[in-house]
Amino acid sequence: MGVEIRVEGLTKSFGRQVIWEDVTLTLPAGEISVLLGPSGTGKSVFLKTMVGLLKPDRGHCWIDGKDMPNLRERDMYEVRKLFGVLFQDGALFGSMNLYDNIAFPLREHTRKSESEVRRIVLEKMEMVGLGGAQNKFPGEISGGMRKRAGLARALVLDPQIILCDEPDSGLDPVRTVLLNQLIVDLNAEIEATILIVTHDINTARTVPDNIGMLFRRELVMFGPREMLLSSEEPVVRQFLNARKVGPIGMSEEKDLSELEAEARLGRDPGPLPPIPPQLMTSDGRLRRTQHAPGEWLRTHGVTPPEGSFIDEMGRDWLQEWPKYVAEMSAGAGRHSEGAH
Amino acid sequence: MARAGKVADGVANATLREPGRFFALSLDTFRALFKWPFQWQEFLQQAWFIVSVTVAPTIMVAIPFGAILSLQVGNLIRQLGAQSQTGATAVLAIVREASPIVTALLIAAAAGSAICADLGARKIREEIDAMEVLGINPLHRLVVPRVLACAFVGLFLNGIVSVVGIAGGYVFNVLLQGGTPGAYIASFSGLAQLSDLYQAEVKAVVFGVTAALVASYKGLTASGGPKGVGDAVNQTVVIAAMALFVENFVLSALYFQLVPQKGM
Repeated sequence: MGVEIRVEGLTKSFGRQVIWEDVTLTLPAGEISVLLGPSGTGKSVFLKTMVGLLKPDRGHCWIDGKDMPNLRERDMYEVRKLFGVLFQDGALFGSMNLYDNIAFPLREHTRKSESEVRRIVLEKMEMVGLGGAQNKFPGEISGGMRKRAGLARALVLDPQIILCDEPDSGLDPVRTVLLNQLIVDLNAEIEATILIVTHDINTARTVPDNIGMLFRRELVMFGPREMLLSSEEPVVRQFLNARKVGPIGMSEEKDLSELEAEARLGRDPGPLPPIPPQLMTSDGRLRRTQHAPGEWLRTHGVTPPEGSFIDEMGRDWLQEWPKYVAEMSAGAGRHSEGAH
Repeated sequence: MARAGKVADGVANATLREPGRFFALSLDTFRALFKWPFQWQEFLQQAWFIVSVTVAPTIMVAIPFGAILSLQVGNLIRQLGAQSQTGATAVLAIVREASPIVTALLIAAAAGSAICADLGARKIREEIDAMEVLGINPLHRLVVPRVLACAFVGLFLNGIVSVVGIAGGYVFNVLLQGGTPGAYIASFSGLAQLSDLYQAEVKAVVFGVTAALVASYKGLTASGGPKGVGDAVNQTVVIAAMALFVENFVLSALYFQLVPQKGM
């Protein structure tokens, strides 16, 4: 079971440069959230502050009833055992091969026998598609492999919170989709609270339950996926749809003259594109925290564009969803009957 | 006004904050020293590693050091007609001053730079962060074994410098300057005493600890990619060498105050 993370008024600056101010958000227990933002808005800094690697200027981050930034060091190490963190480049230990890297947390924090460690490590390596690469050293493999090995290491202790710093950077599109699928399946299986920091809008549009966006030193918006995907807020709209028109420029934000020129030319950001259905688990299981497609839109009176929620196989999830849920629950019922 | 404030800020930063952080790290390392379990494997690996990077250069520096002392002092002492005391001056100069200084330089340059480069590379690859997130204290896991290994190896390096330096002086004096072997060896205890060796060993341990702490601090605070690591290594060598020479002076002064010296 995942843990709820409540961030209140978190502010961080380096010297005189404010990175972000008064970030307040709640990552609901067991849900997947994505944190977006242009390069250099301090997304990675936010992750590191959450796990206590960086100390914020002020604010709180409540995890399991404990205020992470203000804990004593010993207690902080204790709370960190709840976390599995995937760093940008995998952050594998260069002096160990992949097997020892992934076995490291098990050997440090559990009293498992070496054969048990072996079983778990090989299982996780298989899961991230690294079977047979146990004896390779981090320096000998590609960035994508390092990243997947880093993910395997983050997962061996079955963490309740998983933080991923740009899991898709440096991965090819196919591996990115497969990794996304892995994250969704993982969430269904261990119900960890997951936060992904990314630039990849395809990931942001299809994977999470919630999306947040950092821009200009503040959290512009945080909420259910459909809320942000249907948002008219210029920054959110520009970023989630990868448009040129909008407040984000090459150097973080556009200056006034550029924005005026855009307004003079009457450039319109265009209609909102369809909202894609959320990625389902690969074996069709329902995630505990999954919401029906279009639920948020319906309850908030937003009409999505025609053809939203039609997946690549042509199924319209607005129609399919009730049937699907009924089938799943019937299946689960049969399952439990069979068990008796 | 704002600019003046900024400059003052920078000065305060350089003069107070950095040393403050360094001492904080040193104290935390001292606390981590007593944490169980001690990292024997890391300690042995590091000790072996430091030996491998320092032994050859140390010997190569010690030989000419002994020779040059013999050359300088030997000439002077011959003019004074006290050639039989060459051995005494060689032992005094090498054991008391030269060997701690050579040890200090080698530890700062070879061991310190290697430790800083290793930790700095781990820092920028986020290995240190990953370790902390995995619930492992890097001071306990990485810094304590390195500090102890550096002190431990320093102890023996000092011995090597003394032996090799005196042997170098002997070879130079006897073979090249026509000194008498018996007189060189017989005068060994003329000026020096055993406490000279002890103080040199104490110095070597203190130098080892200091150099390793400076290197660890610089390595663990490296930032800004590979260039940052390069800068950190450079600063380690400079700062450690300066610190060790100051320590050498302080320890020598203390030694002269505390231990009565031998007259001729």
